[in-house]
Amino acid sequence: MAHFDFNTPVTEEQVRKLRVNDTVTLNGTLFGIRDATQIHMFDRGRKTRFDLRGHALIHTAPNVKWVGETKAAPAGYEPICVGTTTSDRMERFTRPLMEQYGARILIGKGGLREGSAKAFAELGGVYLAVVGGAAALETTWVEQIEDVDLDDLNPESLWKFRVKGFGPLLVSMDSHGGSLYTEVNAQARAKRAAALASLGVKTGK
Amino acid sequence: MKVDLKQVEEAAKELYIRALKVLPPDIKEGFKRLDATETHATGKAILGTMIRNIAVAEENNNLLCQDTGIPIYNVWIGRNVEVDGAALKEAIRSGCARSTREYSFRSSIVHPTTRVNEQTSCGRNVPVIHFDFTDRADTLEIEMIPKGSGSENNTWLKMAVPAEGVDAIKTFVVDCVLDAGGKTCPPTIVGVGVGGSADLCVRLAKVAATRPLGSRCEDAEGVKLEETLSRAVNQLGVGPQGLGGDSTAFAVHVELAATHITMNPVAVNMQCHSARRARATVTPQGVTYGF
Repeated sequence: MAHFDFNTPVTEEQVRKLRVNDTVTLNGTLFGIRDATQIHMFDRGRKTRFDLRGHALIHTAPNVKWVGETKAAPAGYEPICVGTTTSDRMERFTRPLMEQYGARILIGKGGLREGSAKAFAELGGVYLAVVGGAAALETTWVEQIEDVDLDDLNPESLWKFRVKGFGPLLVSMDSHGGSLYTEVNAQARAKRAAALASLGVKTGK
Repeated sequence: MKVDLKQVEEAAKELYIRALKVLPPDIKEGFKRLDATETHATGKAILGTMIRNIAVAEENNNLLCQDTGIPIYNVWIGRNVEVDGAALKEAIRSGCARSTREYSFRSSIVHPTTRVNEQTSCGRNVPVIHFDFTDRADTLEIEMIPKGSGSENNTWLKMAVPAEGVDAIKTFVVDCVLDAGGKTCPPTIVGVGVGGSADLCVRLAKVAATRPLGSRCEDAEGVKLEETLSRAVNQLGVGPQGLGGDSTAFAVHVELAATHITMNPVAVNMQCHSARRARATVTPQGVTYGF
């Protein structure tokens, strides 16, 4: 279990070094994406002007405040509360994000599935778990909203955050086929029969 | 008591922002209890982050979670309360919309097919508003629940049959907790509805999921299910955020209703660890806020 401090963007080599149960803290640029962002990008043919190659993307739709464009808020938005959401809904977008845009790191809660695990292994990517529902804390790691694209989808715009000390985040899916979610799920399912027996359920099918 | 609708609108507005920022004391106590007994290193670290987040939200006067939820208002009208029901509904709706605009938090509500967000936290039939009656004289109570979608997306109904018995209920709850994994933002409150019609059963599951920790089902059979199921789901090792540990659920809560001779329905609705709720009590003396 090692800790890594990364400045984004990262290389494939950096990502390949990560193993489940390692921790990572990010500095630099962090992009925010959500359901609608990706539905529009991959199902409706819209493109972003952002270069996502080697970058980290968090599943998020933040609370922001429109303050008008200033030096401190170059996109006109101040971050109010930035957290994460359940990644599982966006499972099918992992591969196109990596293949078409070169994304390397996905961040969220609850984990992704087998398809994403395969994409991470083949293309060199990783999933980092941030604690869901801990957004007040996570917001203190966000310095600024630098830019925003596809903002007609607000709050599900494509956000470009500048972050400092964003973490520690737990490597919960790596590029070597490791997934803590698969592991924990298999262990939990193995305990199902005992849990049902403790409830006096006779036919635990 | 004649209800002042301006006061209700203000309360509906205030309740939403209060619920988003401060967790009820019973949930904070629940965290302490889990933290004291968690043996898994990752689970323990995650609980620590969650507990720190509660303090940071209060210190920075910020929202606990980025998800502002689907707004639900539960209203109890006491004896001798005089109110125009339609206007009461409108006042709550208006307070909900004002909260989103005036505090500049995220409107999470969209039309279900066009996905258009009116940026008001409102839409057709949302906020969800439930009305009921109590015997408390000269009192109008409003509870506000911003229900997080991560847990709400993990809701299930099974129309089991009588031949499957109580075993079907128990098995269903365990399987729902396994299927939810980390998606519901555990540790959760697992709300279980037992009996009723299909719609009532799901409603009961929601009531159970949003009840304060430490409260018990009013039915003795329900209490038995709560105790045994709370122990059973915490044997599974799903843990905080589904990353392993002893703390899968703060508790399993059960609500019951009578059902039809041919029916044996069971529903599960979960509440995430950010188990937010706030309450306003309106009396002739004014409005007081709590949980």
